[in-house]
Amino acid sequence: MAKAEHVEAEQHHDDHDDHHEPQGIWQKYIFSQDHKIIAIQYTLTAIFVGLIGLGLSGVMRLQLGFPGDFGITDAFYFQAITMHGMIMVVYLLTALLLGGFGNYLIPLMLGARDMAFPYLNMLSYWFYFVSVVVLLASFFVPGGPTGAGWTLYPPQSILPNTPGADGLGIVLMIGSLAIFIVAATMGGLNYVVTVLQLRAKGMTLMRMPLSIWGIFTASILALLAFPALFVGAVMMMFDNLLGTSFFMPAIVDAAGNLVSASPDKPAYSGGSPLLFQHLFWYFGHPEVYIVALPAFGVISDVLATHARKTIFGYHMMVWAILAIGVISFVVWAHHMFVSGMNPYFGFFFASTTLVIAIPTAIKVYNWIFTLWRGNIRLNTPMLWCIGFISTFLIGGLTGLWLGNVIVDIPLSDTYFVIAHFHLVMGVSAVFAIFAGLYHWFPKVTGRHLNKIMSRTHFWVTFVGVYVVFLPMHYLGFEGMPRRYPSYGEDFNFPASATDLNAFITIAAIIMGIVQFVFIFNMAWSAFKGKKAEGNPWESTTLEWQTPDTPPVHGNWGPSLPVVHRWAYDYSVPGANKDYLTQDTAPSATAPRSDRHLDDHGTHNNGHED
Amino acid sequence: MAIGIALILLVVGTLAFHFWSPWTYSELASNWGQIDSMLSLTFVVSAIVFVVINLFVAVCVIRFRYDKDRKADFDPENKKMEWILIGITTVGVIMLLAPGLFVYSEFVNPPEEAHVVEVVGQQFAWSFRFPGEDGVLGLSDMRFVNIISNPFGIDPDDPAGHDDILVQQEELHLPIGQPVKTQMRSKDVLHNFYVPNFRVKMDLVPGLVTSLWFTPTKTGTFDIACAEYCGNGHHTMGGKVVVEDQASFENWLAQFPVFKSEDSQVEVSIEEIGSRIAQSACLSCHSIDGSPSVGPTWLGLYGKQETLSDGSTVSVDDDYLRESIVDPNAKIVQGYAGGMSAFANLSDDELNALIRYIETLSE
Repeated sequence: MAKAEHVEAEQHHDDHDDHHEPQGIWQKYIFSQDHKIIAIQYTLTAIFVGLIGLGLSGVMRLQLGFPGDFGITDAFYFQAITMHGMIMVVYLLTALLLGGFGNYLIPLMLGARDMAFPYLNMLSYWFYFVSVVVLLASFFVPGGPTGAGWTLYPPQSILPNTPGADGLGIVLMIGSLAIFIVAATMGGLNYVVTVLQLRAKGMTLMRMPLSIWGIFTASILALLAFPALFVGAVMMMFDNLLGTSFFMPAIVDAAGNLVSASPDKPAYSGGSPLLFQHLFWYFGHPEVYIVALPAFGVISDVLATHARKTIFGYHMMVWAILAIGVISFVVWAHHMFVSGMNPYFGFFFASTTLVIAIPTAIKVYNWIFTLWRGNIRLNTPMLWCIGFISTFLIGGLTGLWLGNVIVDIPLSDTYFVIAHFHLVMGVSAVFAIFAGLYHWFPKVTGRHLNKIMSRTHFWVTFVGVYVVFLPMHYLGFEGMPRRYPSYGEDFNFPASATDLNAFITIAAIIMGIVQFVFIFNMAWSAFKGKKAEGNPWESTTLEWQTPDTPPVHGNWGPSLPVVHRWAYDYSVPGANKDYLTQDTAPSATAPRSDRHLDDHGTHNNGHED
Repeated sequence: MAIGIALILLVVGTLAFHFWSPWTYSELASNWGQIDSMLSLTFVVSAIVFVVINLFVAVCVIRFRYDKDRKADFDPENKKMEWILIGITTVGVIMLLAPGLFVYSEFVNPPEEAHVVEVVGQQFAWSFRFPGEDGVLGLSDMRFVNIISNPFGIDPDDPAGHDDILVQQEELHLPIGQPVKTQMRSKDVLHNFYVPNFRVKMDLVPGLVTSLWFTPTKTGTFDIACAEYCGNGHHTMGGKVVVEDQASFENWLAQFPVFKSEDSQVEVSIEEIGSRIAQSACLSCHSIDGSPSVGPTWLGLYGKQETLSDGSTVSVDDDYLRESIVDPNAKIVQGYAGGMSAFANLSDDELNALIRYIETLSE
């Protein structure tokens, strides 16, 4: 049977050579069905839109640090916070980790020639592209983008006195999200099917690199969570345009008139604003893990490679990813402890939230034990990993504050929350992305990044995130509410808090500028960087074993790789070097070391030669 | 190596920042000392974990940095240690969760004897209602709202509402030492009643009545800040809570009208009627003392030349003001975002009263 599969694979490859190698610039680089090109398209688009998000955070910081000095109106501030949040969470992090890393790594790490559905994959990117265009179009319509806050809570989000809502802002935002969800669904189905169906011979589930486990689980979460946002978006669109009342109770405007969608529609009545919040966070909390799980995976793989050590407790790491994935669906209302929902829900959601801390803690323990007695090469990707452990640690610990309902009540809606989610979901996810980009850049481009620029980027960013976000916890202790463009005389905050805000702004702007060093480094090194060999980090996983660097269409040359071992054979006793690639057949100088994984009933090595 | 030292400096720097930082919790002025204890407990637990893990990583990267003649340990798993760590983490989580839920159960069960105050939110102002003699707040519905005769939307047919005391200002007084349950609702969008010194906060949700409770334990004046984004003027939606002794509180409360009495008002001047409309509908966004707000200030507005967003100028007279009230986005003053609600339901008399009131601010 093994032989038959092998032949089939080769035939499949012949098909590729004869019919599928695309010709012409349009098929090859624009409407490409090659997962590697699509990954690069996703990544570059996400980085581009992320830079806009970064610019918007500059707008916010200028206003907060120096209120009124830069001519930023309150309305523009609110538009900036809204677009910044949505861009960073959805259009940067989700798109880059699933669309970028997922696309590049799944076929290469699993030994496949491409995704299961290449055409669908291409469509996924182009839907994403359209969603970005629609989103950014809102900057150019009358009234500008919506300023409803990134959570888009009704009734505010669809009332005309919200910045941007009198024009097309909110319609474009909701429409863009709907298109994005279509793209994410097409991508997610593709990733799940590819992982389940197209693994190379010998690549059992328990031999998969943790990056794949993270992306695979996150894709399933995305398929289950995004529909909630989709129906929320559609219902809100109906409330806004057709005058339905899904989320709209009877409300009055400042003149005391009952509000309706337009003068010819009946007044809103009977809807529930909380229903939207439930739908939003039923998507929104798994969304945190849609971003975090691929990040966990990338960190695990980069960490093991540069520590020259097996990932500690692979088994537990896989189960922790799955446990987090499952529990992430029953914690959403911890975002709503002070929303006015039935207060008894607080007991349940505080408990589930603190339970999810346990598998998350396991991951942190296992990362740091991977470092213990390792042989650590402090390459740039490794620095980002260590930075990640530190920022994820502090962000995770403050999660224990905000998840524990009674501790959340004083801190909710203050700068403590800003500090928490930026560190745990923004900074940590971005650090994982940087770890991944620095790690895989030589494979994607065949060239190395410039070391001086890389180190400058890391050090300024690492110091910067602590200088910017650590003091925000203390502003939260003071009780400083979020989403205020300025803190007038109405509130008794100490003058020193204003100085602190100015200080944070300066640090944030320096850190923002340094990101352009990274952009320049990528652009310059992609063409002028030092040439890289196929496996510069001496890594075990399959993507580094391609015959060509960068890998060509079809990835593997005439025959597919065959996998003989798990992804973490670093420093195996008795081996003649400190890593054994996954496609290395067992021998006297390359012993198998993953028998501990066979003992748990998850093995599938019947095809082993 | 450098990253190891950086992590050690991070730990030292963070602790130094904590102990030297002038920024800390606002002074506690309610019974919720237990919340502060939970904050302290959580702080200690998370600080210990933060220090230990960062230092552990620092030691690793310094001690086990690359040496080409050395091989890393081969150490794929250690089930026993992993289960011990899971056990320790579980104990830590229970240590935080159990007392947390215990305190929370007090938060969701207000004491029987708590007196009720209604907190009403609207863009961008607070108002308050006390239940009067009967201790019961009258029913309310948005359909009953009229900004002149019934700004709270109290059901005129519910006798329980007839003695309700209406406090239409942003300063709330409370007697010291008495537990109070705030019943909260919103007339338009989400708001959040948040007094940092009391520690507790809760959203105001249109269509729902939400609540929280606390006992003021210190006299003084405390800030109210809206903590749920409510639109363009969110950050201007401030207020004050004054905590005082019972006698002063009763004196203060006695000055406010009872709901029914509003219907039988004595003769008032046209400017006074305009002033009342302004109080109810306008002054959360327009100041009358020249200070900047969501919209232009009314001080000295009447008769002045105003520059519009398209660069043209217009003189502020009756016609301009009438248009700006009925169709506010027709002309936007330079430097402002627009987006004011149209007050198209005001009668001609009411419009005139409001304009005469604005005129008095230019005298």
